[in-house]
Amino acid sequence: MSRTLIIAEHDGKELNPSTAKCARCATAIGSEFDIVVLGSDTTNIAAQAAAIDGTQTVINISAGHLENPLAVNHAAEVVAMADGYSHILGPSTTFGRDLMPRIAALLGVNQVSDISSVSGSHQFKRPIYAGNAIVDVEAPEGVTLVATVRTASWKSAGDNGNAGVEDREASAAPSNHTRYIDLQSGDTERPDLQTANRVVSGGRALASKENFDLIYSLADLIGAGAGASRAAVDAGYVPNDMQVGQTGKIISPDLYMAFGISGAIQHVTGIKDAGTIVAINKDAEAPIFEIADIGLAADLFTVIPEMKQLLG
Amino acid sequence: MKILVGIKRVVDYNVRIRIKPDGSGVDTDGVKMSINPFDEIALEEALRIREAGMAEEVIVVSLGDNACQQQLRTGLAMGADRAIQVGAPASLQPLTIARAFMEVINREKPGLVLLGKQAIDGDNSQTAQMLAALWDRPQATFASKMSLEEDIATVTREVDAGLETIEVDLPAVISVDLRLNEPRFVKLPDIMKAKRKPLDVLSLDDLGVSIENDIQFKHHEPPPVREKGIMVEDAAQLVAELKNRGLV
Repeated sequence: MSRTLIIAEHDGKELNPSTAKCARCATAIGSEFDIVVLGSDTTNIAAQAAAIDGTQTVINISAGHLENPLAVNHAAEVVAMADGYSHILGPSTTFGRDLMPRIAALLGVNQVSDISSVSGSHQFKRPIYAGNAIVDVEAPEGVTLVATVRTASWKSAGDNGNAGVEDREASAAPSNHTRYIDLQSGDTERPDLQTANRVVSGGRALASKENFDLIYSLADLIGAGAGASRAAVDAGYVPNDMQVGQTGKIISPDLYMAFGISGAIQHVTGIKDAGTIVAINKDAEAPIFEIADIGLAADLFTVIPEMKQLLG
Repeated sequence: MKILVGIKRVVDYNVRIRIKPDGSGVDTDGVKMSINPFDEIALEEALRIREAGMAEEVIVVSLGDNACQQQLRTGLAMGADRAIQVGAPASLQPLTIARAFMEVINREKPGLVLLGKQAIDGDNSQTAQMLAALWDRPQATFASKMSLEEDIATVTREVDAGLETIEVDLPAVISVDLRLNEPRFVKLPDIMKAKRKPLDVLSLDDLGVSIENDIQFKHHEPPPVREKGIMVEDAAQLVAELKNRGLV
């Protein structure tokens, strides 16, 4: 019988929705699953994990050296409890991408990155080449399967579960060669990019940090998250955590609206799974129109104020 | 201090890839190949550290068949002091790559290893983390800013929540992100000079590493195509269409 261990992602306050997506993937694998919460003072987070449908047991390991998500400490803890699990899953977010390969190497196994669908307990599909090829992979049975789950491909499991929580002591020694300093976060009241149902995004055509207020005001009007192309981040108009694309966030909102984004393949990689893509660009030849469900070849500086009036 | 930089030969960033008709892989015949762009940034950072007087030697390392010597020569032309090719089939999975790197580390004793945060072909994003685990040393992934002082590196990492800063004791493995630097262009005289720089060839056997490519890539197919949709004339039509579809 297969049994999966899911590594919970959280920020110390809230469980990240990526965890419920991993749960959906574990269910598709046909496996019972436990969730491990690593952190400091994580009672509330463990309770949120226990509510994820299908969870057998939440293992809550709270210790000072686990407060911040340093891969070295978290990996050691996961490896210490890996026995008895056929699969160990984490999300394809930066948290999971940092942590999971360290676990895999300590266990002496290869890792499957970015599972986008499941065809069997060890058969998966995953994108490579920035999503320009989808490959069927088969991982070996008989060794622990370590994998990341491509969060944009999975819906969250429900939250009507009622699993038990088991508190455990940390068992691995803390590392002293890696020290957490701080996190600078573009604190925002807007919905999180990776889970928002709607996203309004801007590109280089916005031309300044100040002009991005146009994007924010439209986003706020329709309750959307705000995103950006790599060009806009590189130009310093917005912080890096807003970047959508191959090297930024890969997202799947119901509605994605791209203003002044040309549609480089690396950006399109990040939005391919969106429900409806809307593109507004002055250049009628912009490649983004090739994949947009609704296109408008016009100047964003006139379109956004008009839209706000019509929607307000 | 020595710095080891990993370089992977990949299909050039600008090439639109073709999947072989039988689905067995991606066609690389006659396709332009380059250094993985993230690895180029790793090398640039290593060169800047050496130029700032904080390292004596920069060694570029690649695993692959002889074709990867082309990318190693490019690395030498950028300014690396010498190169090591670990002869191997062109396609290896990250655990084997990390094990081979570990053996090179045992021989060279670097103070710092710089790698790209992912290769743009496999998109695995695993090798640096695996290497740090095997080495039992710190990892600092997705670096967009870094500085060295004595035996400590301070690294700013691009994470989903923003910019995270950590401090690691050297030796360490750092994987680099796009905004760390802009790699220099190679000049013609440097290409000539690079031909005379040492390029050592080792085999996986020399290093005592066996190939563990146990994840099988069965079948490749193109992603589902998004159909081109409709064009509207103005903001009013756009908003009407969005309302019509229940999206706002």
